[in-house]
Amino acid sequence: MSEREMSTIKDIPANDMFISGHGACAGCGMAVAVKNIMRILGANTTVYVPASCLVVISAMYPTSNFRTPYLYTAFENTGAVTTGIRAAQRRRGLSSTVVGLAGDGGTFDIGLQALSGAAERNEDILYVCLDNEGYMNTGIQRSGATPFGAWTTTTPIGTKVEGKREFKKDLMAIIAAHDPPYAASLSIAHFNDFVKKVEKAKNKEGFRFLHVMTPCVPGWKSDPSMTVEIARLAVETGMWTLYEIDEGSARTTYKPQTMQPVTEYLKLQGRFRHMENGDIAKLQEWLCDKWYLHYGGDGEQPVCASLDKIKKVRHPHEEQLHFI
Amino acid sequence: MRVRVLSADHAVAYAAKMARTEVVPSFPITPQTLIVEQLAEFINDGELDADFIPADSEHSVMSIAIGASAGGVRTFTATSSQGLALMHEMLYAVPQNRLPIVMANVNRSLGAASGIWVEYNDSMAERDSGWLQMYVEDNQEAMDATLMAFRLAEDRRVLLPVMVCLDGFILSHTVEKVELPEQEEVDRFLPRYEPLNALDPSNPMLINAIVSPDYAMEMRYQLDRAVDHSREVIAEVDAEFANTFGRRYGGLIDQYHMEDAEFAMLTLGTATGLARRTVDEMRAEGRKAGLIKLRFMRPFPFNELCGACQNLKALGVFDRSASFNGGGPVYTEVAAALCNIPTIVTGHVAGIGGRDITPEYMREMYDVVESASKGEEVRPVTWHGLRGDME
Repeated sequence: MSEREMSTIKDIPANDMFISGHGACAGCGMAVAVKNIMRILGANTTVYVPASCLVVISAMYPTSNFRTPYLYTAFENTGAVTTGIRAAQRRRGLSSTVVGLAGDGGTFDIGLQALSGAAERNEDILYVCLDNEGYMNTGIQRSGATPFGAWTTTTPIGTKVEGKREFKKDLMAIIAAHDPPYAASLSIAHFNDFVKKVEKAKNKEGFRFLHVMTPCVPGWKSDPSMTVEIARLAVETGMWTLYEIDEGSARTTYKPQTMQPVTEYLKLQGRFRHMENGDIAKLQEWLCDKWYLHYGGDGEQPVCASLDKIKKVRHPHEEQLHFI
Repeated sequence: MRVRVLSADHAVAYAAKMARTEVVPSFPITPQTLIVEQLAEFINDGELDADFIPADSEHSVMSIAIGASAGGVRTFTATSSQGLALMHEMLYAVPQNRLPIVMANVNRSLGAASGIWVEYNDSMAERDSGWLQMYVEDNQEAMDATLMAFRLAEDRRVLLPVMVCLDGFILSHTVEKVELPEQEEVDRFLPRYEPLNALDPSNPMLINAIVSPDYAMEMRYQLDRAVDHSREVIAEVDAEFANTFGRRYGGLIDQYHMEDAEFAMLTLGTATGLARRTVDEMRAEGRKAGLIKLRFMRPFPFNELCGACQNLKALGVFDRSASFNGGGPVYTEVAAALCNIPTIVTGHVAGIGGRDITPEYMREMYDVVESASKGEEVRPVTWHGLRGDME
């Protein structure tokens, strides 16, 4: 293994641990994230995958797309199974990075309890949440990670109710409340940032958490060629923010110059096509609140100027950013 | 050998300690908690070198146990009732992945009309999970069965998880004289665990893929055969345990006065001691009563029961849980086992929700079976000890 610290996309080893031939859709953001995370983590890694798209595309008996040890059992136990693997490997003198690669349903919702347990015990594991904002493997159902207004099969566009009525859960605030050694949000459109964060997480001890937004072509009803562009626009509109919490200090790792209107992000995705001005304004207002909470309220964002109820205050706990 | 006065929970904890368990995931539930408390004390006092992992739920306990066992170390945990039910999903991942986890289940009634007292409806509901299941009669057997469970689970011809079931409170919180073996004896009986497969980057392997209909049926059949073949290993382990520690339990079933018995009861758990006494009384009266103690619910001793009942006119089957509309689960399985021999089989449900099984109730069971053995008509299933007018 290379001793040199990876800091840019050029430093990523070409030696794949998650190899091609898997069954992911064209343009799958999750496959891009997993391929590169596994390149950075390298061969001395043990993978746990809960029920998700990832297990289906990579581990159909008798084949595997992972060149590392790999275990799957159920949906809600990533924090727990990885705890057990790490305990056993430590006792057997193995130094491998134990990584859980879970979806948003398996993390925000059904897996939250086991995740909290592992974080609270500060288990020496790396937990990665691959967030495509819904239960995509079961056919696009709403999760706690699904954004406001989005169509899913369980938030259909009806005559009385259109799309999801609740806003995305602030998972990272929950993670931050456990005071882990390292937590960071990642984007597949910001690869130098991505590489640094995975590398940092790999080299730390204790509970580490990485949250990656992974656009989903069938679930978001987007063009396969636009996956990275959508991930980029998520950051530019404030639908996704890039930061890290390193030993308790929070730091923004990329700040867009000017907040783009959320419509720039929405218009590339069929899941938002039904949204009308009222709901778009409601989402924009929520985003402006988040933007100022996250980046501070010093410079006014033009896109937020026409909205009256925006709170231009930072989060009361100065060092603890409030995240999307 | 040292003699100590121990509850069965503590006896199980001593066994797990002497087995040099390496990982103990835990979550509290009455009446199991004494086991994990005792193990936590052993670990914090430096008497046992193991990782004690306080989990967020029993579901996570079994998930941690799976990770640890797949990681290649000896893993033990304990639970009860609602805790076992919460583990249900994860229990099924263990046998098919051939992980030799040992778990004590302190039997306690499950579900509504719920209490904390003994009933077997928690573990009986898991009899189709692929776990081997032992039921014990007293505190000494609770310790000995736990030691045997590790040996059996880890035998390369078996590689299956074992659940040691013991009666809540009647055993778990009641002290008895227990003979503690020497550590060297246990080390001889139970050598250091060497996993056949383990998650290790120097030898990468995928454990538990998604399996299509092209392969799943054969895998399930292999599991069926593995559970069946464990019967031979159980007999070997029983013999070797007797050689090492001087106590013999009879393998799958134990028999008492069955040589010339005309009628008998089949019991499991603590009711067996009372049944043995009742047989003594009836024998003193010149009545040809016998007793079969069921030690393993899985593997189920189909052949062994047929052999033991060849010359028996009637067998009563004791159940400490109901299957509803059909007697208890042990009754239906014994009836299936004996369906090709003429022995009449009757069902006897008692001790539900921790109700005491008095000598009178056991006597009543034997009386019903004796009547059946004489050709008199009796109910197929009787609930013993019901209060009030329940017709």
